[in-house]
Amino acid sequence: MGVGQDQQEPEVSTNGSLHTVPPLRRIVVGHEVPPIRVADEYGDAGAVQSPEEPLRLPEDQLGPEWYDECMRTESLSIRFGEKEAVKEVSLQVNAGQVLALIGPSGCGKTTLLRSMNKLVDLTPTARRTGRILLDGEDIDLFDDTQLRRRVGMLFQQPNPFPMSIFDNIAYGLRERGSKRPRKKELEPVVVDALERAGLWDEVGDNLDHPALSLSGGQQQRLCIARSLAVTPEVLLLDEPCSALDPISTAIIEETVVQLKDEMAIVIVTHNLQQAERVADQVAFMYLGDLVEYGSAVQIFNDPMAERTKDYVRGDFG
Amino acid sequence: MSTATTRKRKQAAVRRTRAAKPKKIKSKDSWSIGDRIGVGLAWFFGLMLCFIAAAIILYMAWKGISFINWEIISTSPEASLEQSKTGGFLDPIIGTLLLTIIGAAIATPVGVAVAIWLTEYGRPAPLARFVEAGIEIIVGAPSIVLAIFGLLVFQQGFFSPFSFTAEGGEVFGRSFFAAGAVMSLIALPFVVGGTREALNSIPRHVREASYALGKDQASTIRRVLLPSSRSGIATGSTLGMAQIAGDTAVVVVLLGASLQIAPEGDVPGLDVLKGTGSTLTSFVFQNSPAGEGNAPDKAYAAAFVLLSLVILLNLIVNRITRKGKQVWG
Repeated sequence: MGVGQDQQEPEVSTNGSLHTVPPLRRIVVGHEVPPIRVADEYGDAGAVQSPEEPLRLPEDQLGPEWYDECMRTESLSIRFGEKEAVKEVSLQVNAGQVLALIGPSGCGKTTLLRSMNKLVDLTPTARRTGRILLDGEDIDLFDDTQLRRRVGMLFQQPNPFPMSIFDNIAYGLRERGSKRPRKKELEPVVVDALERAGLWDEVGDNLDHPALSLSGGQQQRLCIARSLAVTPEVLLLDEPCSALDPISTAIIEETVVQLKDEMAIVIVTHNLQQAERVADQVAFMYLGDLVEYGSAVQIFNDPMAERTKDYVRGDFG
Repeated sequence: MSTATTRKRKQAAVRRTRAAKPKKIKSKDSWSIGDRIGVGLAWFFGLMLCFIAAAIILYMAWKGISFINWEIISTSPEASLEQSKTGGFLDPIIGTLLLTIIGAAIATPVGVAVAIWLTEYGRPAPLARFVEAGIEIIVGAPSIVLAIFGLLVFQQGFFSPFSFTAEGGEVFGRSFFAAGAVMSLIALPFVVGGTREALNSIPRHVREASYALGKDQASTIRRVLLPSSRSGIATGSTLGMAQIAGDTAVVVVLLGASLQIAPEGDVPGLDVLKGTGSTLTSFVFQNSPAGEGNAPDKAYAAAFVLLSLVILLNLIVNRITRKGKQVWG
């Protein structure tokens, strides 16, 4: 990825919220060449459009390369038997930001998401090539269970376990063996997780009630709390609101936006409005390719690739 | 144009609209004669089955209740030529309960383990198919065949601790242990089936949610899958218990079908398990006109108790399945 330039340290300007656009460009696959609107610092002729006045962008339009990386994929390909679901995808996931993966059904966005905590490896036919790095370390070097504690996940369907609310959240914390933490030690963590997921006010009085007696939206927030309890660095959300009503969806979205300060969040969604509401960065995928990756503002208002344009406008999908 | 023709035309128009008014068509009107007969037979056999079931229960209740009394269910059977001194069937009741519990106690853990292996591991695939075929064979085998096989096994010297051993080292091979072990085979397919069904009904994403929290397969099974399958396991083993309670062949061949529970050895508790006995089924058989006892009234009373027990077990199954369903979104 990247169109030929060496990556430079982006020079952050001091004048208010305006920044010089960094030299690394986000990219577009296929023959659709993006219009060159950027000059690099050294005035590379090929890239220069107006060498005197380098383009400046407001903060909300800064692309992913501006932020601290938490996780990244490098030429990641995933195939199920003969079918290649994800093709040579390289992207970075930033700490403190929400990355939305969008694209039509079957474009590989969920597969990409599920590869980040190696859930995809549970499918016997899945073959993964390329690298995934978490804080610069290859995730294949971690134990699966270790990795999944650092990279949490929320599913399409709310899926609390058939036990009490308390036990659901404490589930991830309870270790095997003799050093089982007592209920008293777990309580502050459980309360904290419920508070951060915005569920404490509703269920605080009846932690011993069965989790499956909660409403769908509450169950989904319980699942968020369950993930938060193990303090993940990255939270993967796989269409977390597709089974929920609009009010529950709004609450979940609000929670997601609040949580991003503490972790990196990747959300797969079919709902473009949702992506626009919660995402800082957006990656558009099509048939396994990463077509375009940039700030949410740029992708939605000024997409470079034709495919992105069509999709964002709602012409297909 | 004359008024007469106009009127005629109007009348014709009215007639046409009347004719055009659609007749209500019943979907059955279009059914072929074969379909009608088929539906009729389905109704007939369905109702007939209800009728037969009701007849069995009512007849057994009528016969049973007229002969049943406290004495008959609280005294042990005695050998006597005089019918009034042959006692009741306390021992067979205890025998039935004991055998059912032994069988279920063996079948439940084994069956749950087999079901977990089949649904959660099940590899290599040929081995899984082989295991499934094995279960099918146990389901299909007549219990008398299982009983004879059990006798063959338990008469081996190796199994002498489980039954009466004669002076010369001959192993009798008949005991509550032996019968319970073979009975567990009869209950096993039900436990496996119930547990598998429950495990299969747990969506994949629930397992994945557990993995996504950094849990391995073992804790996922123990903490999530097994608790979720509780009702399926209970259903399976209760159905299995009903099968055990109703089986006769194994009792006759492997429990000795002795008149009374005959403890063997001198360890209290264990001696009963090592000894022989009888159950309600063998008691009914022997006291029916087909058996030696020839006391049909006692047979009816015992059959009624047995039927009540099995119906009770089935009601428990219904209750568990209705109450215990886990619902995931």
